Amino acid sequence: MAGFDFSNHNRNVALHARGVPLPKATSTGTTIVGCCYDGGVVIAADTRATSGPIVADKNCEKLHYIAPKIWCAGAGTAADTEFTTALISSNIELHSLSTGRPPRVITCMTMLKQHLFRYQGHIGAYLVVAGVDPTGVGLFTVHAHGSTDKLPYVTMGSGSLAAMSVFESMWKPNLSREDAINLSAEAIKAGIFNDLGSGSNVDVCVIQQDGPTQLLRNYMKPNERGEKERNYRFPKGTTAWLNQKVVLKEDMKKYVVVEEVSGDKDLAMDVDS
Amino acid sequence: MIGHGATGMLGEDGIHVDMNHLKSGEVNLGTSIMAINFKDGVILGADSRTTTGAYIANRVTDKLTQVHDTIWCCRSGSAADTQAVADIVAYHLNMYGITNNEHPSTQVAASLFQELCYENKDMLSAGIIIAGYDPRHGGQVYSIPLGGSLHKQPFSIGGSGSTYIYGYCDANWKEDMTEEEGIKFVRGALQEAIKWDGSSGGVIRLVVLTSKGAVRHLYLPDTGYTGPGATQS
Repeated sequence: MAGFDFSNHNRNVALHARGVPLPKATSTGTTIVGCCYDGGVVIAADTRATSGPIVADKNCEKLHYIAPKIWCAGAGTAADTEFTTALISSNIELHSLSTGRPPRVITCMTMLKQHLFRYQGHIGAYLVVAGVDPTGVGLFTVHAHGSTDKLPYVTMGSGSLAAMSVFESMWKPNLSREDAINLSAEAIKAGIFNDLGSGSNVDVCVIQQDGPTQLLRNYMKPNERGEKERNYRFPKGTTAWLNQKVVLKEDMKKYVVVEEVSGDKDLAMDVDS
Repeated sequence: MIGHGATGMLGEDGIHVDMNHLKSGEVNLGTSIMAINFKDGVILGADSRTTTGAYIANRVTDKLTQVHDTIWCCRSGSAADTQAVADIVAYHLNMYGITNNEHPSTQVAASLFQELCYENKDMLSAGIIIAGYDPRHGGQVYSIPLGGSLHKQPFSIGGSGSTYIYGYCDANWKEDMTEEEGIKFVRGALQEAIKWDGSSGGVIRLVVLTSKGAVRHLYLPDTGYTGPGATQS
């Protein structure tokens, strides 16, 4: 039979009509931010991954590599941010090889928005794209439906409101590198402490015009697990026993049967070559 | 309705299509936009607010998008849809300019927009105003509302905030205004739209298109939308 088979779609509609819920995707309730400064750009993220109310990973990486001087912070569906950035990273590398030029941030942003628009929001990737190229510093947000914004400082994810409040009260033009890192980390911390979907550590990535990109993994650890006040290990001999039998190492042979195997090559096991 | 795919409903009186649907979490341009003809060309104007639900995703958005040297558009509706449409039109006009070795007319640009908006009407929520200046026809304003029809108008208003300024525009509109009068008209109208419409706000952006090219203007709320005025071209 030629043509498409829509039987699975019909099944899903019937299932849904009977009240079967859709499967839940692992999503990253997240705080991610980006901030331009004179001579570069900083992006930062928290490290909590959630699946419903469960913390699925306490120290995950939300800062994705696109090119040496273009990085991406991802919020939304974890698998979608991972695969979308990997795909665009691959295409950017091929594009850079065929043009013989360093890749541009706006090229990356355009490829991402066209990819996400084609999938009409079904790919749940909310991204902050940042980097430097021969045209200067670039910082964008890309929403799952394919819309983009260009701003000097950005926040995304469930903690974006907390993070934006930090930027809106403390950001000023012409920041230094250190100021930008501190401000971004402070914004992520606001997300970690005030948003339920965000938590654990702060990851930072600094992309500079003159100098290599620095990925500062776990730049801050404001949620280190402290030493327990008491431990609940029982002292030896707490449990009573009825009898005991000691088997010495030398007497172990009595309990073991040793069989000799011939070294015949024909009898050797087949192993996939 | 089942999911996002079903947008049409068959009623006794025909098929109903909800064209104002926005998928959950989609970025919306609850907007005030307008474009007018004046003596020497056209003026486009817009507020700068983009929203996701109740949150302002961008308070300094640029809804005035260049699709050719002196052909620009005002975008309203879904941010993703209008950006995608404008990008495609910009590409085609760029190709037109190269292959024909002459600037495309505003009507060509408007027809490209209409083609995309009409043929994909059930997938798009885009209300676009096109305004441009070309030496042969001078300044022209076209509007394409939700269904994908095309209207040539002396001036056009659009977006959620436009409902509040029909009276203002009707009372104050004059043919062949000077640039100064035109700017005052657009700025005054958008100021009212921003005042009454909760989905509009931020700064007022203007673009003036004449034989001399495109000039941007910016008006900030801090100074009651009085300045700083003309910025870079």
